[in-house]
Amino acid sequence: MRLHIDWTACDGRGVCVELLPELLDADDWGYPLARAAAREPAIPSTMEPHARAAVRRCPRLALRLVEDG
Amino acid sequence: MITTVTRRLLDPRAAAVPPRFRGPDLMREAAAAGVTGRGGAGFPAARKLAAVAAAGGRPVVVANAAEGEPFSAKDRTLLARAPHLVLDGLQLAAEAVGARTGYAYVPAAAAEPLRAALASRAGDRLPVTVHIAPDAFVAGEESAVVAALNGQRPVPTDKLRRVTDRGVGGAPTLVQNVETLAHLALVARHGAAWFREEGTAESPGTFLATVGGTVRDPGVYELPYGVPLADLLGAAGGPATPLGAVLVGGYHGGWVPARDGVTVSCEGLLPYGAAPGAGVVLALPADACGLVESARIAGYLAGESAGRCGPCANGLPRVRDTLGALAARTPDPRLPAEVERLASLVAGRGACAHPDGTARFVRSSLRAFAADVAAHLAGHCVGAWVR
Repeated sequence: MRLHIDWTACDGRGVCVELLPELLDADDWGYPLARAAAREPAIPSTMEPHARAAVRRCPRLALRLVEDG
Repeated sequence: MITTVTRRLLDPRAAAVPPRFRGPDLMREAAAAGVTGRGGAGFPAARKLAAVAAAGGRPVVVANAAEGEPFSAKDRTLLARAPHLVLDGLQLAAEAVGARTGYAYVPAAAAEPLRAALASRAGDRLPVTVHIAPDAFVAGEESAVVAALNGQRPVPTDKLRRVTDRGVGGAPTLVQNVETLAHLALVARHGAAWFREEGTAESPGTFLATVGGTVRDPGVYELPYGVPLADLLGAAGGPATPLGAVLVGGYHGGWVPARDGVTVSCEGLLPYGAAPGAGVVLALPADACGLVESARIAGYLAGESAGRCGPCANGLPRVRDTLGALAARTPDPRLPAEVERLASLVAGRGACAHPDGTARFVRSSLRAFAADVAAHLAGHCVGAWVR
């Protein structure tokens, strides 16, 4: 499972960074920065519920979970 | 110095015979030939054709001549000199994917001549509508083309749904650079083995290079991949002045030293963090400052951001300002590391490859002009890297 960020919708509110601190940091301007420097960071299965919460709570609906492969 | 110039795309004899590979046969030949996109991304054409064909529905095909790169002239040259080869390629691609609708996305100056060429054709199955492409760097990006044809701002969109699945009017859409379509039209006539007679095993075929900067005869030249850079410059009359560095692959490409041994192909340019891209080659004179040139280009790239994606809209101006400070000989030793940090920060974090290409270019500047970086921090300049 990977986290897809729609960069055209994201405006750096940072809710996802708060909900997924193990996966995401904030860059200089508040946009989510994957700690693993991946375009679509992988979500360990233990973190899936938190990732789903982040997707639901993004005020810009900029997040989606996508299957691997 | 041996100058090798191959004429296929611009040779009327190559198109004299009718196509013999069509539909699935063309897809097979295109795959065997290893035709890759000539618009800059270099994506395998056969794979894109197959994706659109497999998507079902009523596909749309688009000939993309937007040519957003400022120094590039190859697409308009091809449209002016061999419009029917391009239009043949569009018809053949449409047949291969089962498309019923076609567009030609072209700059304003090319519209009327292309309409005339279209009107002069008989027997085309696919109707083709000419759509004017705006003159912006990102307007030729695949999803920006689709957005424009959908009546929206001609800027890239999110890649969750690829345009090959859902594009113009929601239909699976094939967007191909006009040069790629021309190569497909020739493969349809002469087959894969013929295509591979030029180029290298990894980078087969020929490409159109727009050669500019300090060369005697700037212009568009057709060359085989794997051509030594010195020979490519020789095709354009050779250097007009002593050379410093050469920008290969245009503004999303990379600087390479102006010496023998560098070959223009994906594999030949990889060690320099560069790629052939859309074939733009710019020769920098030895007495120019590579950092000043690079900062100027970084400024252009920042201005061409669509402004939709936070890291790009915020990051590229910061890259411009930081590289600009270095070019202006600001004696701050933290500047080079900050340029690197910003480049890493923006790459991969946007809807399109604009920040990635900018990062690649900026990084190559710091590498190629490392001597200038050291000199600038000490308050002077050595000119470009001379070998």
